Amino acid sequence: MKHLFACLLLACSTSLFAAPLKVVASFSILADISERVGGERVAVHALVGPDGDAHAWQSRPSDARLVMDADVVIANGLGFDTWLERLAASAGSRRVVLASEGVKPLDQHDDHDHHGDDHGPLDPHAWQNVANVRIYARNIATALIAADAAGESYYRERLAGYDAELAALDADIRQRFAALPEEARKVVTSHDAFAYFGAAYGVRFLSAAGVGNRSEVSAAAMARLIRQLRKEQVPVVFIENVNDPRLIERIGAEGGARVGGTLYSDALSGPDGPAASYVAMMRHNADTILAGIQP
Amino acid sequence: MIELFVSPFTDFEFMRRALAGCLALALGATPVGVFLLLRRMSLMGDAMSHAILPGAALGYLAFGLSLGAMTVGGIVAGLVVVLAAGLVARSSILKEDASLAAFYLMSLAAGVLIVSLRGKNLDLLHVLFGSVLSLDDGSLLLIAAITSATLLALALLYRPLVLECFDPSFLRSIGRWSPVAHYGFLTLVVLNLVSGFHALGTLMAVGIMILPAAAARLWVKNLPAMLVCAVGLAFASGLVGLLGSFHLDVPAGPAIVLTAGLAHILSILFAPGGAFGARLYRRTHLEA
Repeated sequence: MKHLFACLLLACSTSLFAAPLKVVASFSILADISERVGGERVAVHALVGPDGDAHAWQSRPSDARLVMDADVVIANGLGFDTWLERLAASAGSRRVVLASEGVKPLDQHDDHDHHGDDHGPLDPHAWQNVANVRIYARNIATALIAADAAGESYYRERLAGYDAELAALDADIRQRFAALPEEARKVVTSHDAFAYFGAAYGVRFLSAAGVGNRSEVSAAAMARLIRQLRKEQVPVVFIENVNDPRLIERIGAEGGARVGGTLYSDALSGPDGPAASYVAMMRHNADTILAGIQP
Repeated sequence: MIELFVSPFTDFEFMRRALAGCLALALGATPVGVFLLLRRMSLMGDAMSHAILPGAALGYLAFGLSLGAMTVGGIVAGLVVVLAAGLVARSSILKEDASLAAFYLMSLAAGVLIVSLRGKNLDLLHVLFGSVLSLDDGSLLLIAAITSATLLALALLYRPLVLECFDPSFLRSIGRWSPVAHYGFLTLVVLNLVSGFHALGTLMAVGIMILPAAAARLWVKNLPAMLVCAVGLAFASGLVGLLGSFHLDVPAGPAIVLTAGLAHILSILFAPGGAFGARLYRRTHLEA
C-alpha cells in the first residue's frame, strides 16, 4: 500500500509542489468518498470518525478551526448534518457542499413514532444506495475541481475509476438479492437507516423505529415490533455499529429471530474493521444480510 | 381488565424483566432513599448520581459496553467522591455538604469531558439514559445482587442509622459506630445509584430512590411503616409506569419516575402529613 502510494506520488510529481487541498467532511463515509475522488491532491478530515454517530455530534472549537481553514467543506445534507452548516456559518467559512444534491430523497417513513428525532421530514441515509453514492462522488468531484482547477483532469480520471467500481458494486448487490425469493428478503434493524438500501435492492427492513437513536424507548414501540416479528416470522435481526445492541438482542430473542451480526449504517469501522471504506461497508452489509436471510 | 393489566406481562418477556428490575430497585434503592430523607440528605442522592458519571464513562471507554467495567467504574468514582468529601469535611472548615458539592461538580465536569472527548458513540448516552426495557440477564442479576447486599447491610446498620437520623450527637458520643454507619450508608447510596442507573439511567435513578420515600413520609410516622409504604409505592410506580409506557407509547424510564412523582403530589394533597392533612384528618387527630 505504501509502495503504491509512493509510486503514485512519483507519477504525478507535479502535484507534489502544490500543498494538498484541505477537505473537511462531516462523517467517515463522506471522507472516504472524498479521498477516493481526490487522491493525493487532497487531505481529508472527517469530523465524526469511524463508529461515530453524526446524529448527536457535539462540535469542539478545534472542529471550527478545521472548518475555517478548509478549502472545501462537504456535508451530506438532507437534514443529516445541519450542525456542520451551522458550524461553517459561525466559522465564517464558504458555502458548504452538499454531497447529496441531485439524489432523489425518500421520505422519512412514519410507520412508527419518532419521538425527538431531528432528521426533518426527509430520510438522510441516501448513501445506503450505491447508485446515490455515484451522484455523491460526482458532486464531490465538481466541488474539488471548483477549488483546485489545476487538478481537473486528475479528479476526472479518479472519478471515472471510482464510478466504475461503484457501478459494478451496485450491479453485484442488486443481482445477489434478486436471486432470492421476495418473501425471504426481510430483516429487522435498530433504526431507520436502511430505507434506501431496501428500496434499491428489494429488501424489507422493519426497524425498531421510535427505538431511534436519541429517544428513550417506549414499551409500546417494542411490543409492536416484537408482534410484527412473530407475525411475519422474520428470521433475523441485525445490530448496528452506532446503537446499543442490548435492545435489538432483546427484541430478537422475544420475536423468535436470531441476531445476524453487525451492520454499518452511519459510520465506517476503524481501519482494521470489516467496513474500513465505503465499498467495503456496502459489501459487508450485503454479505451479512444475505448470510442472515439465507436459510 | 386482564387485557389491560396482565397480558402485557404474559405476552412479553421484556415487560416481565422490566418489572423484576423495578421490584429489585424498589426493595433496594427506596429504603436507602428513606434514610437519605430522614437524614435530610435527599439532594445528596442527586449529587451522587452525577458523581458516578465519569467512572461509568471511563469504564465504557476502556472496555466498551461492558456491564462489569461500567459498574466498577461508577462505584469507584462514587466512593472516591464520598471519601474525598468526608476527608475534607473533617480536616477543613468546610462542612460536608459544601465539600460534597465541590467534588461532585468536579466529577460531573470530568464525566461530561470524557463523554464528549470520545463522544463519538451514542451508545454511552443511551446507557446513561438507562434501558429498563432491555435488561439482560447480567444487568438483572447485578441489580438483584446489589439489592440483596443492601437489605443485609441495612439490617446490620439499622440501629446506628436510626440513631444517626434522630440524634447524631448521641451516636457520636457513644463511640466508634458513627463513622461506620455514615460511610457504610454512603456506600449503599453509591451502590444503589449504580444499580439504578443500569435500569433507569443516571438521571432517573434518583427518582425511584427519593420520590416514594418522600411520599411515604407524608402518610406514616414510624420508620418500619414508612419503609414498607415507600417500597410499596416504588413498586407500584414501576408497575403503573411500565403499563403507561406500554399503553400510551411513552418512554418507560421517565414514565416510571413521573408516576412516582404523581403519587408524591397526591400524597401532598391527601396524606395526613400533606398540605391539607390537618383539615382532612382533624377528627382522627382529636380521637388519637
